[in-house]
Amino acid sequence: MKFLCLACDEQMQFRERQEPGDGTFAASFTCPSCGHEVAMLANPAETQLVGALGVKIGGRELDEQPMEFVRRNVVGRDDAFADAAPAAGAAGRRPAWSAAAEERLARVPAFVRGMVKKIYGEYAAERGIAEITPEVMDRARTELGLEGM
Amino acid sequence: MSFRTYFDVPGADRSALGEQVAAQRARVARRLASVARVVAIVSGKGGVGKSYVTAAVAAAAARHGTQVGVVDADLKSPTVARMLGATGPLAVTDDGVAPASGAEGVRVVSSDFLLADGRPLAWREPEDDRFVWRGALEAAALREFLGDVTWGRLDLLLVDLPPGADGVSDLTALVPQLSGALAVTLPSDESGRSVARTMHALRDAGIPLLGVVENMSGYHCDACRADRPLFAGHAGDTLADAFRVPLLARIPFDGSAQPAAPADTWRSIAAALLEGGRGKGP
Repeated sequence: MKFLCLACDEQMQFRERQEPGDGTFAASFTCPSCGHEVAMLANPAETQLVGALGVKIGGRELDEQPMEFVRRNVVGRDDAFADAAPAAGAAGRRPAWSAAAEERLARVPAFVRGMVKKIYGEYAAERGIAEITPEVMDRARTELGLEGM
Repeated sequence: MSFRTYFDVPGADRSALGEQVAAQRARVARRLASVARVVAIVSGKGGVGKSYVTAAVAAAAARHGTQVGVVDADLKSPTVARMLGATGPLAVTDDGVAPASGAEGVRVVSSDFLLADGRPLAWREPEDDRFVWRGALEAAALREFLGDVTWGRLDLLLVDLPPGADGVSDLTALVPQLSGALAVTLPSDESGRSVARTMHALRDAGIPLLGVVENMSGYHCDACRADRPLFAGHAGDTLADAFRVPLLARIPFDGSAQPAAPADTWRSIAAALLEGGRGKGP
């Protein structure tokens, strides 16, 4: 999918993605010439249809995790997966989790929790973030396109 | 007003959905590069003992030094993992998900490890109209069972497909160089007709048919000391003749938990799967 600024006949550039609620997927685009902005709002059915293929609207920011599709989509047993501990960062230290972030992580279904923890851990480690907070999680969700996590 | 076409606009498509799908296929191909042969085990209807045959053949081959893996692709009714004594949890590493180890060291992945006991396969989303894309969801799960598991070097990977022809197209899309398929039937004409549809689907897809196994092919009556039929019909012979493939075995019914055929029978079926059809290629 490409967005064209009709006034400038220029391809618009992706700016950001959001999930504003009720399953809507939103992405905004800007014209590099005139600065005109538009937002694409995909209804949940469209998003789900694409998601059923295991692909991501807006492209992938992260390599696909092992069995990511199954873990995100199947209603599974809590102890189905034994996840290796998240990798340490460049400095050899694993980011800490704030109490609020731990609480939020605990609300993620156990079936997928280990994978989600690993993704947030790597996101923080790569950016030198010492502590994962709910704000860091929100930022990661938006930047990495972690819908449903 | 006239618009340029998608391809007239030279900038990159950030979503690149086509490329993402291609990357998924490439991931499966990379993972299966260390697998010499991939063979589908098929039937036409449920309850013919397809998973039982899969488990017995896999164990027999592994017992004689063959490196064997089993993908339980019957997502809704997974049984082969338990028959092989394989249990979860599945260990996850950066490289992928390690298969569980079953009888004789057979490497196994199955939805049985994922689902709570007695619970059906259920998807988180979409909640409404999921019948529209259920097939896509199941195909994506099969893709990960093949491509996200650290199979390592295998001589033979058996894919226990769900009954019917639906799984054939999913599998051939993911593994274009499928080595072949083994069909399992009951002796009854009804089972034979049903299995024939699946075999036609395989032949239409260009998949070599490696043979037929007729399961529950009679039983031994202790009272009269004779082998007696369990079902009317000779579907094994009928299918073998119609498709010009070997009838590899007739497996008698045995109510015990032991394999209902001599070890040599299972070993000869395994040999047919290891030698027949085509290599998977690069």
